[in-house]
Amino acid sequence: MAADPAQTNDIKTTPLNAAHRALGAKMVPFAGYDMPVQYPLGVLGEHKWTRDSAGLFDVSHMGQAFITSTDGRHETVARALEALIPADIVGLKLGQQRYSQLLADDGGVLDDLMVTRSQASADDGSLMLVVNAGCKDADYAHLRARLPAGIALSVREDRALIALQGPLASAVIAGHVAGAERMAFMTAASDRFDGIDIHISRSGYTGEDGYEISMAADKAEAIWTALLADTRVKPIGLGARDSLRLEGGLCLYGHELDPTTSPIEAGLAWSIQKRRREEGGFPGAARIQRELRDGPSRRRVGILPEGRAPAREHTEIRARDGRVIGEVTSGGFGPTLNGPLAMGYVEAAFAAVGTELDLMVRGKALPAKVVALPFVPNRFFRAAKA
Amino acid sequence: MLRFSKDHEWIRVDGSIGTVGISHHAQAALGDVVFVELPEVGKSVEQGGEAAVVESVKAASEVYCPVAGTVTEVNEALPDNPALVNEDPEAGAWFFKLEIADKAQLDGLMDEAAYKAYLETIA
Repeated sequence: MAADPAQTNDIKTTPLNAAHRALGAKMVPFAGYDMPVQYPLGVLGEHKWTRDSAGLFDVSHMGQAFITSTDGRHETVARALEALIPADIVGLKLGQQRYSQLLADDGGVLDDLMVTRSQASADDGSLMLVVNAGCKDADYAHLRARLPAGIALSVREDRALIALQGPLASAVIAGHVAGAERMAFMTAASDRFDGIDIHISRSGYTGEDGYEISMAADKAEAIWTALLADTRVKPIGLGARDSLRLEGGLCLYGHELDPTTSPIEAGLAWSIQKRRREEGGFPGAARIQRELRDGPSRRRVGILPEGRAPAREHTEIRARDGRVIGEVTSGGFGPTLNGPLAMGYVEAAFAAVGTELDLMVRGKALPAKVVALPFVPNRFFRAAKA
Repeated sequence: MLRFSKDHEWIRVDGSIGTVGISHHAQAALGDVVFVELPEVGKSVEQGGEAAVVESVKAASEVYCPVAGTVTEVNEALPDNPALVNEDPEAGAWFFKLEIADKAQLDGLMDEAAYKAYLETIA
């Protein structure tokens, strides 16, 4: 058994740090923050609780920021952001949220992010961004360097962010935020949680229905505590957050996404809307349009190992003839799947569902095959059409 | 009586045969165990050599052999029920037994009290 790696110094905390410790969380350094990897329930139990009921996550380490146009027009701020990401932002409706990627000039991914237009037209000219903790300083520097005059970046380190995820999340939230159960997936609103001002969106990163709630840092513990008072809710650490998103087939920056991967290789073409594909006008557009037309040289795939042995990140992937054709980017054990699972990149010729591969685990070739993503069906909420 | 290594394995000695597992502290640090890979019977293992693998949802860890020897038996129940490592780490969830090559190597291991004191120093 290897000993735990030593804790690093100079670590940051979220406004909920004391609450995690009071709950008996096991804390680990993650992206420069002291974060709960699991609570006494454990990763397996927390994962299953989120799939069956409602799991509460502290994601305050993520970066929250606004970009704002001095002219107060949506189109101005949207065009400025569109120069840096491939999603259609001009076409965002009031209260709509989109997933996108901050791109390098060669089309590689600098970070993935959520972009939200406020539901209040009085807020127009402003967009809310949520970016990864480990990338946020570089992202903000990139935005400051690249956004044109007249567009200001406002970083909101004074805010906390929590996520409530799972099939019972909407029933729980409905008791605190009037009407939240009727919000559609990927929409957002400014609202009140038991009288506290919040931004709420129907989104998350577990493959389940759920919400992300942003609030002033000094209000985080009141909302966290109110949600945990509900017997349907339990706190969930980063360990289960990772196994949930892996079963959900969702990319994690630094694993499936990095400056060498393009959104097309990563299977994120769905996040680039038609107008942007046609018009281009984002970093790396020539490469991305070429990959959309001709197909990329490699693709992200889901991989199901035979047997019980997990294949971890950096496991070599070989064709049946022994040639190396790729590498695992995330791999482990899926508690809902009740077996090992992995995602990785393979040469495009080996990306079809059903393709047989070998995973090199501790010097042995373990048979595996390419499977469709997600491993566990996503259960995002779609509002009924009126 | 169990003797412990600094890598958090234990060994229980009966004549020339040692039974090896991982400590309660080790299973707690790992979290929910989901996979165990055992050595083949007849394999000879060095002191400190990799003898087995134990994996939680998040990570894989090697189980090192506290003394050199030749594997004589493995716990066939573990691969089908890896959670036993969490439930009964210092008895029922033994990993393997081995014919000890040199019993003098046992002297370098810690007894329970010394291991407890060691855990305090790394906490």
